[in-house]
Parts: sequence; structure tokens; C-alpha cells
Amino acid sequence: MKDINNLDEIRKIIGRHKRWDLMFMIAGIIALMIAVLTFIALFAQMVIDGMPRLTWSFFTSFPSRHPEMAGILSAWVGTTLVMLVTAASAVPLGIASGVYLEEYAPKNWFTEIIEINVTNLAGVPSIIYGLLALGLFVYQLSLGQSILAAGLALALLILPVVIVATREAIRSIPVTIREGAYALGATKWQTVSDHLLPYSAAGILTGVIIGLARAIGETAPIITIGALTFIAFLPPSPVAEEFPYVSFEWLSAPFTVMPIQMFNWVSRPEEAFQLNAAAAGLVLVVMTLAMNGLAIYLRYRMRKNIKW
Amino acid sequence: MAAQSHKKNNHPGKLGFSFRRRLHERVIESLLFMAALLSVAIMLAIITMLVKESYVFFQHVSLWEFLTDTQWTPLFDDAHYGIMPLVAGTVVSSMVALLVALPLGTIIAIYLSEFAPFAVREIAKPFLEMLGGVPTVVYGYFALLFVTPLLQIIFPELPGFSLLSAGLVMGIMIIPYVSSMTEDAMRAVPMHLREGSYAMGATRFQTAIRVVMPAAFSGIAAAYILGISRAVGETMVVAIAAGMQPNLTLNPMEPAATITAYIVQVSLGDLPHGSIGYQTIFAAGLTLLLITLVFNIIGHMLRKRYREIY
Repeated sequence: MKDINNLDEIRKIIGRHKRWDLMFMIAGIIALMIAVLTFIALFAQMVIDGMPRLTWSFFTSFPSRHPEMAGILSAWVGTTLVMLVTAASAVPLGIASGVYLEEYAPKNWFTEIIEINVTNLAGVPSIIYGLLALGLFVYQLSLGQSILAAGLALALLILPVVIVATREAIRSIPVTIREGAYALGATKWQTVSDHLLPYSAAGILTGVIIGLARAIGETAPIITIGALTFIAFLPPSPVAEEFPYVSFEWLSAPFTVMPIQMFNWVSRPEEAFQLNAAAAGLVLVVMTLAMNGLAIYLRYRMRKNIKW
Repeated sequence: MAAQSHKKNNHPGKLGFSFRRRLHERVIESLLFMAALLSVAIMLAIITMLVKESYVFFQHVSLWEFLTDTQWTPLFDDAHYGIMPLVAGTVVSSMVALLVALPLGTIIAIYLSEFAPFAVREIAKPFLEMLGGVPTVVYGYFALLFVTPLLQIIFPELPGFSLLSAGLVMGIMIIPYVSSMTEDAMRAVPMHLREGSYAMGATRFQTAIRVVMPAAFSGIAAAYILGISRAVGETMVVAIAAGMQPNLTLNPMEPAATITAYIVQVSLGDLPHGSIGYQTIFAAGLTLLLITLVFNIIGHMLRKRYREIY
């Protein structure tokens, strides 16, 4: 130990520690700035390259061999339809298993296994889901390289997100609400469907939006199931002329989605196609940012408004 | 808790519709249970599918050859099935990514949790979350067309595809995951530990490094491990910016394929179902799953430990 009886010595030590404190604070701000600047660079690069291509016809044209005539019509239609399948399958299943794990599940080893498993599923790389979908959906269930197969693959991918969001939203509801419902003679399901689900709807919605935003940008699993990249036609319309007026033919149609279209353009050597990639990327980023922003806003509102 | 204390609610008898009511409840409970079971089924399906196809693969190729051959050329006439080049590509790109993500993510987490004023935190956290929400294919584009040309100014001999630029961008991409989990772990440390430290005259930096970080150790370790498993499983950035040629190298300045990039490359082609080429992607996928599963389980165990302490 050094001799610190001397007052000057103590001052010096304090000064040194305060300098370290300040230096670390500056390091923190710099680290944060690196993240911010990267994001700005990424966004600026895409705006500069892609903005001139973002005309109305870019949204209404099919991909083409001529870069200046190519567009993202089949890609955004495909993305919309795939997301419909994903949402329609992942949301009910995710909410149901979230409700079960939070409200019904007995505390035993089996529940523990399910819980560990959900955590593990969230950590499985997305391309593995693609391999599962390739083996299971495309070949064993012979769904082919269709919108249905892709939508289900992405649904598996975002299922853990929906489950975790549902559980957290339900867990934050105080036990007094449940006790009140039971005291009035409600059954468990009545309590869940009339009280817990409505009160946790905003929280669940936040999770669903974050999950879908992730699914929109996912490329790897869709490439793995072997989706074509050059699709110059639209899937059959879901609205039919004759009775019963709805058709599900589109589910088995080949398709392309936004990130695949972008990947296809990025990997071309011609620069003109890379400008298209920038434009498609810009649309994609704006979509995912808007969805994430909406989720963050919803959560912020919830935190402010709900006081149990 | 609620589950146990209200079991008696479903008493039979008193009400006329009680049987139907109970049946209704049982049906719904079983439906919900089946939904929860689905996650186990998915995991089993993933493992079965990968093992089944890999099993056929390993009947053609011995495990020894798979692990020791230094070439990966399953689609050539002179086929070699050594996974090592792909593993090397994955390791190098992940190392570069982690060298960026772990220090920066940790510094940001410490800054946000111990130093930053409320307003900065309120803006920075959603911003980082947005950064984590950008699609990976966009990061790939950014690595190939912005970061690589930038790096070529500094290192003129850098090729158009390199593990370095893919790894750097991957690192930036992983920062939000590392920083948000690390920060959560640090904020879970009770306030009185900090107050004790401040009362002894410690600065914020000393408190953060010597009190808060050790107390949050297992949470921070879990964040790092999840960061690693994300880097290993990342696909699009490396597929776009690191090239798709298997290359046994530890030099980040070279192009090389990772396990994930190989799966993408094969999927882009037109391989018939059931061929050896088709089976290689499942063998590669099984390798990848085993690597990430080990990391995930360690991370899960560490996270459980730090939850139990506080």
C-alpha cells in the first residue's frame, strides 16, 4: 500500500480516478456513435443509390433482364401473401402455447422441458428452419416450393418470439384480476378469454409485430426451400369469380419475396442491378423499421398508461 | 400460483350445466397443451430430419474423412468431404464479428446502465433495437458495397469478397443483442451494492468494473454466448460478402465459405432430392446445429444461475 496520509497524494489519486471515469464515459459515447454512424452510413448508402430507382413503376413491374425496367411487383405481393400464412399460423399457436405455459402448466419436469425447448428454438439459426422446411414441408408433405411452405417455415421461426411475448404480457397482469374473476364463478378459460387475453392484447401485439418484422427480412430459410428468384407472374388471386368466391390456389403457387429479390440483384455483377438492390433494400428497411418503431411505440404507450 | 389455488372451482354437481362446463374446459386445456407441445415437436422434427439425411450421408463418407479431410468439394467430380474448410470460415468470420461486438456491446451496456442520463438511455435503447431489426440481407449489401470498398482504401490488396468485411458488419449487427442482454443483467444487480460502493468513495467506473460487472457475471457471460451462437449461425452477410468458395484458411483477408454460406450456395443450385449433394447440406446443418446448441445450453444454464441469485 502506498502512503496516502499526504493530502496532495489523496487529491492526485482522486483526480486520476475521475479522469478514468471521464475517459470511460467518452469511450461509451464513442461506442454508441459507432453504432449510430454505421446505421446512418447504411441508410445513406441505400438512399443515394436506390432513391432514383424508386418510382411508381418500380412497384408495379416484374423483375426483368433489363435493370432499368425491373421492379418488385412479384416480390412485394409474395411477401404479403407469405406473411399472411405466417401470421395466420404462428399467432394462434404462439398465443395458445404462451397461455398454456403461463396459466395452465403444472410445475413439473415436463413443463421445464417445454420451457427450455422454447429458449433453444429461439437460438436455432434461421437456416436450420430452412432445412427442416425443405425436408418436411417441401418433400415429405409435398407442398413444393410454395407460398404455404415458406409461410410455415417462417411461422416456425417466429413462434418462440410470439410465445415469449404472450407469456410476459400475461405474467404482468396482477393475480388480483384472476382472483376477482374466479370469485365470481368464472372458469379458468373464461378468466383467460374474458380478462387475461384482452388485457395483454397490446403486449402480445407488440411481440407479434416484432416477430413479423423479423420474418419479412428473413432470407436464408426461403433460399433453402429452393424458392425461385426469377418470377415474372403473380400467384392466382385469392378472390374467385364464382362460388365460393375465395380460392386457396395461391397457397401452392411459386413465389418470390423482397429479400430474395434483393439478394438476387446484389449477387449480379452489373452495377445497374445493384442500384435496384439498393432500392429494394430501402423499401425493406423502411418496412421493418416502421414495424419495429410501431412495436416500440406501443410498448412505450403501454408502460405509460397501464397502472394496476 | 393461480393454477393451484383455484382448482376447486370446477366442483361438479351444484350447477346444472357443470358437466358440459367441465368438458368444455378440459377440451380447451388439451388444445392449449397441444399447442405448447408443438415446440417440442418442432425441435424433434429438426433433429430427426438432420440426423436422418446425415445418416445416409455418413454411409457414403466416413466420419473420419468428414472431420479430417482438408477439402470440401462435394459437387466436383473429384469429390472431397472435409468439413474443416467450412468450419474454418465460420470460426474466422465469427471471431472477427465477436472482436467487434463483444467489446463495443459491453462498453455500450456499461455506459447505458451506469453512466448515461435518462434521456440518452430512452433514445439509445429503441435506436439499438431498430439496428437489430434491420434485415440481414441489407447488412450483406452494406458489407459488399460499402465496407469492402472502404477497407480496400486501407488494405489495397483486399479482394472483393473477404471474411474481414463480412465479419466486421456481422459484429455491428450483433452489438444490439450483446448490449441489451448485458445491460439487462447489469440492471438486475440490486441498487444497494452500487450504493455501498459509492459510499466507500468509488467512482462510477470503479463501481461498474469492480462491483456491478462481477455481480452480473453470469448474465453477461450468457449474453456473450448468445452473441457467439448468433455469429456462428448468421447466413446472409457471409453468403453475400465473404464469397462462396470453401477455403481452408485462418486469414480474415481471404474469401472463404462458411457452413451457412455453403448451404445457401447449394440451395441456389438445382440439386435433385436424395442425391449426395442434397445430403451434404443436412450434414453441414447438423454440424451447425450441434455447435449452436452447445452454446445455447451453456448460455441457458448461466442465465438461470444469475436469475436465482437476485
